[in-house]
Amino acid sequence: MTTVEKYFKTISDVPVEDYFAPGHRLCAGCGASIAIKLAMKAIKSPTIVVNATGCIEVATSMFPYVSWRVPWVHVAFENTAAVASGISEGLKILNKKRGKIMYDVIAIGGDGGTFDIGLQALSGALERGHKMLYICYDNEAYMNTGVQRSGATPIGAVTTTSPAGEIIPGKRERKKDLIGIVAAHRIPYAATASISHPLDFINKVRKALEINGPTFIHVITPCTLGWRYPPSLTVKIARLAVETRYFPVFEVEDGRVKINIRVSRPKPLEEFLQVQGRFRHLLDDRNRDVLEALKKQVEENWNKLVKLEELGVYI
Amino acid sequence: MSKLEYVRKMALMGDEAVAYAVKQADVDVIAAYPITPQTIIVERLSKYVADGELNASFIQAESEHSALSICIGSALAGARTFTSTASQGLALMHEVLYIASSMRAPIVMAIANRALNSPLNIHCDHSDIMGARDTGWIHLFANNVQQAYDLTLMAFKISEDPDLLIPVSVNLDGFILTHSIEPLEVLLDEEVHQFIPHEPYPHEIDFGNPLAYGVMALPDTYMEFKRQFQEAMLKVPEVFHKTTREFYTISGRTYKSLTSYFTEDAEAVVIALGSTVETLKYVARKFREKNIKVGVLGLTMYRPFPEKEIVKVLENVRCIAVLDRAYSYGGVGGPLYTDILASLYKNGMKPIVADFVYGLGGRDFKLTDSEEIFRKMMKAIECNGFERDIYWWGVKE
Amino acid sequence: MAEVDVKKIARGDFTWRSLPLAAMIKVPTSLEYKTSDWRIEKPEIDQSKCIKCLLCWIYCPDMSIKRLDEGRVEVDYDFCKGCGICAEVCPTKAIKMVEE
Repeated sequence: MTTVEKYFKTISDVPVEDYFAPGHRLCAGCGASIAIKLAMKAIKSPTIVVNATGCIEVATSMFPYVSWRVPWVHVAFENTAAVASGISEGLKILNKKRGKIMYDVIAIGGDGGTFDIGLQALSGALERGHKMLYICYDNEAYMNTGVQRSGATPIGAVTTTSPAGEIIPGKRERKKDLIGIVAAHRIPYAATASISHPLDFINKVRKALEINGPTFIHVITPCTLGWRYPPSLTVKIARLAVETRYFPVFEVEDGRVKINIRVSRPKPLEEFLQVQGRFRHLLDDRNRDVLEALKKQVEENWNKLVKLEELGVYI
Repeated sequence: MSKLEYVRKMALMGDEAVAYAVKQADVDVIAAYPITPQTIIVERLSKYVADGELNASFIQAESEHSALSICIGSALAGARTFTSTASQGLALMHEVLYIASSMRAPIVMAIANRALNSPLNIHCDHSDIMGARDTGWIHLFANNVQQAYDLTLMAFKISEDPDLLIPVSVNLDGFILTHSIEPLEVLLDEEVHQFIPHEPYPHEIDFGNPLAYGVMALPDTYMEFKRQFQEAMLKVPEVFHKTTREFYTISGRTYKSLTSYFTEDAEAVVIALGSTVETLKYVARKFREKNIKVGVLGLTMYRPFPEKEIVKVLENVRCIAVLDRAYSYGGVGGPLYTDILASLYKNGMKPIVADFVYGLGGRDFKLTDSEEIFRKMMKAIECNGFERDIYWWGVKE
Repeated sequence: MAEVDVKKIARGDFTWRSLPLAAMIKVPTSLEYKTSDWRIEKPEIDQSKCIKCLLCWIYCPDMSIKRLDEGRVEVDYDFCKGCGICAEVCPTKAIKMVEE
């Protein structure tokens, strides 16, 4: 592993080496694969990856084809944070007792494995304070099983279990405030990121790995299959998510909020929605109320962050 | 009593004896979630760690599911790993039990056997472990506190054997053993360290030689991996016997996959698991004094099932009573009963057999119950059959 | 755990004895699994228009843009699935998607 500067200032600073290998079976244009590739560019010392069941897991470990260049563990869907806790503590005590080398532990889960079924294990791990980084790649539904709604699916979005029908126009509930839940554990570092802003994301992974405690990064990863758009638009849509304030990019360091990508003049949310099949029905007049509800939520989320940043209060 | 004999003697509850063995095993990671009647185990262990008597990471997980998941992680990291649970906790672990064994993670788990909800009941039965019967773990049963201590120590050696790398459960009856103080003889710390030295996990996480653990296998290879696991299970008896022989040399205590009492010439044999074996043993002795040829068979190792040894013991037995402290609802009978029937049939044996479902939710199994079952067996021999195949013992009809 | 002969396994040439214990496998192995046949269109780089910004390299989901010396890039057609992200993010339109 080449020694690199602690943080990367330009794209050319980013190491050439990939610890995520090609030959994986993620869809063409998969946003999650970009996230994982970028995250693995940030590793700084021997690292082990713990992967929840999901797209990344199945598409990178179909025996005998494995797309990792680091030790990699998959146990189940909902317990990734727990498995990572065990590895982290196991290595720590072995280091203390018998001089085994320490590893950085990165846990990776999708939104289903993190917002929903894995939330309890995540909360437990964060509360116990193990040294590990948990990365949630959020494609806003259960994509691996064929696009079912999750706690990360936003209001109005169409999935196979929240279809837009004659009576119900897509998912009716709002997206869970995951980073709020995570930050409420008062862990040293939590952040959001977008694959459209690779340096911000890679540097956040690096920063998180430097911290001796639990850290968390929530990265938005558009999904060509579930969001229904042509594969070439993955990065563009991720950028629109940021530029419309749909997905604010910020960090919570020792409980204090800092907005990393300040969107002073947001693009209209419609620009983000209209390129995606899952939202197209929201542009129909009869679903105006759902569109307004989504817009209101986006605005509320942003305003809350601005307020929290201004006040400098602990969240 | 010499000084050495003095330090070897202790009086402990079953839970305490397990915790003491785990401390002497110098475990690296303990991950558990408290549940009655297991709590004393984890309380004692956390105190050992807090007092610096045990250099380990004690992790109280937020659920049993996570506790066992943590154990898989720490075992793969190369740490000697222990957990403990009971009842609902074991049920909540269910998914992870399969994964722990099929990923070949050496873990030792003490199970304070307890009934399952509903209705809620915290007392002893074997429904918890029987639900986990086919999860690919090695299941051992203790009949008394001494065995709970001894089997816990041996469990580490068996589980970590490089030919196995299979997790082991040590079962002790909730309250009956976990909370009963019994005298026992313990080993010295040095003896334990020599018996189970820390050996590196052969497939431990290594950045220089990176492995993938727990990959996905499609129908073209999945069955081969399962067949491979069964092969490892077939090696368990040999490792078990090697371990018990070595344990005998330091402790003077003999262990086999079965505990048999008065079975050599017995006409009627009762088969059971756990503390009930001790009750049966006591009563059988009384019957023997009256020249009634009854015997008792206890299974120390329940999985893998010691079929060959069992049929050998039962070869000339005319009547068998199987005591099941769990039931397979809608099935053929209790789980032990069906295992015994299958073993007999496979080996062309046709004695008189009945299932006695007893002690669910902690209902006492008294000496008089045992006596009555022995008498029923003698009558069954006379009449060439029991009145029925399955008795719900002691249920108010 | 031994390195496995991926090609042999892919051919079905294995038994339960020869497969690695519990599927623990030395990584990486997916370099043997070429994903090029997923492609309908392939990217072509007009090197004269390339400004060496490396955006195609950093965003490629399949590690299929190879970064050469001094910021030059080329496509690794073994794994490129033809998603077109490289062409989409290229600020000078130096990358075009053409039919296979």
